[in-house]
Amino acid sequence: MDRVEVAGVGMHPFGRFPDVSLTQMGVVAVRAALKEAGVERGGFQAAFCGTAYGGVASGHKVLGAIGMTGMPIVDVEAGCASGGAALMLAASSIASGQYETVLVFGIEKMPKGMIRSSFFEPWQEESGMSATPAYFALRAQRLMQTSGVTKEHLARVVVKNRSQGVLNCDAMYRSLVSEGEVLSSRLVCEPLHLWMLCSPNEGAAAVVLTRAPSHGANAGLTRESRASSVSLLAAVLRSHLPGPVLGESTPMAGLVESHVVASGEDGAFVNEATLPSATTLAARSAYEEAGVGPEDLDVVECQDTDAARELLSYEELGLCSDGGAGAFFATGATERGGRLPVNMSGGLLSKGEPLGASALGQVVELVRQLRGDAGDRQVDGARVALSHTVGRGANAGVVILRG
Amino acid sequence: MTGVSSEGPLVGKLAQRAIAVTAGLFEMGDPPRLLASSCNECGQPHFPRQETCPYCSADGCTDIELSNNGTLWAWTAVTSAPPGYKGAVPYGFGVVELPEGIRIVTRLTESDPARLSYGEPVHLEIVPVYQDEDGRDVVTFAFAADASDAPVQGGE
Repeated sequence: MDRVEVAGVGMHPFGRFPDVSLTQMGVVAVRAALKEAGVERGGFQAAFCGTAYGGVASGHKVLGAIGMTGMPIVDVEAGCASGGAALMLAASSIASGQYETVLVFGIEKMPKGMIRSSFFEPWQEESGMSATPAYFALRAQRLMQTSGVTKEHLARVVVKNRSQGVLNCDAMYRSLVSEGEVLSSRLVCEPLHLWMLCSPNEGAAAVVLTRAPSHGANAGLTRESRASSVSLLAAVLRSHLPGPVLGESTPMAGLVESHVVASGEDGAFVNEATLPSATTLAARSAYEEAGVGPEDLDVVECQDTDAARELLSYEELGLCSDGGAGAFFATGATERGGRLPVNMSGGLLSKGEPLGASALGQVVELVRQLRGDAGDRQVDGARVALSHTVGRGANAGVVILRG
Repeated sequence: MTGVSSEGPLVGKLAQRAIAVTAGLFEMGDPPRLLASSCNECGQPHFPRQETCPYCSADGCTDIELSNNGTLWAWTAVTSAPPGYKGAVPYGFGVVELPEGIRIVTRLTESDPARLSYGEPVHLEIVPVYQDEDGRDVVTFAFAADASDAPVQGGE
């Protein structure tokens, strides 16, 4: 398999832009990434566009607007991991030798407030079974029960991420908040208060991937862009295994652990007690592909749809032991200056979550971190980085990068 | 609504006026029933009913009755109406564990999380969620705490 590099990244800020169309946001991010990569019209052979709410041919509209069509353009929907899915397809198409340079971008323009998802049947909406934050809240309550997580920890995750969002001009929320303010924001679904939940919003992000120079001419790439390139060691997407009632597949029922011998991903039967989540499946596969482990990571961007989701991700990604999320967070390891800073972009809690763009937004941040270009948010000496998105489907994407 | 399950059969009292929010999930009898199945191969229970087992992919499932009594495994309350919701807020929402080894995502009749506790005994009820344009109660399944002396209305 050929090595894949990130040749350029670009963003349209995440936020709310009533006067900017979805297509226009995509154009801004794509142009920035192509410019940074030194790639011009005709310089990429395929494009993958992550979007969940964009509608038919969203990717074509973006590339059509800048006169760069003719190559295959594939829109990819994988819920909150749409950008991760697009990145996986692009990376494997290069690694397999099919393409030399591929454009990946994610775009989204979502209404304010609770997400309305076509995932749910009308009767589920009508009878109150489609309240997404309620599912998050139940998961949070379980985490509090099993992993020593407290409501104060949840508030402090928000304080941590928002304090980084202040430093990120691409973030939607750029003010400091205190633990007390988070806990006194409106209660949405116990134990989750409003500020513990990210806001669905708008934005775009783009990444240009290319085969590593030793494997081809890389026509069109400038020497500068190669010098600052970052290796993509793994881009993995996985779905769920059936069984867990509160998994992101959002089933109407699940199994009690002690009753379960569920069918594993390879058809083998595995015990529910060890049944890995979609995130864990993706992480294990990504670590193996990249030849690194959680102990090798210097900086992480993970899915903080809500504050508890970030802490659950620590366990599922193997950053701490199962059941150890509360204690691990309390050590300060994931704070700025800690052993493994998490969500130094401000996370989705600061940036908001434009579904199709959020995973690539994480990759943009990590590429900047690995190049030493993250400005006030820079994690000194960052060499290996991990991006994680997970959501309905279930879809879990894990990307590992090396500077 | 307090009397839906405790004051006798829903059939006869409300049957002409109540309609299920969707078909195939539950029966409104006395007692009410969740409609479930189990796999002929691996024996795992499913709700709602399946024709192919989502756990082992075997074709062939048998309809089963689930117990109407279980324990509370997780709970919260929804305080603002999600998109498309036609009932009132707040309402209780959670996961109930039944002896058949299944956990069900369900509405809860109790909308104050502080009044519920982990492992608390709960039972199945059929509750109104909203009224349709003909004035009929549209009902769904919910679980209520056995101990609760005055169940909070499902839709209020």
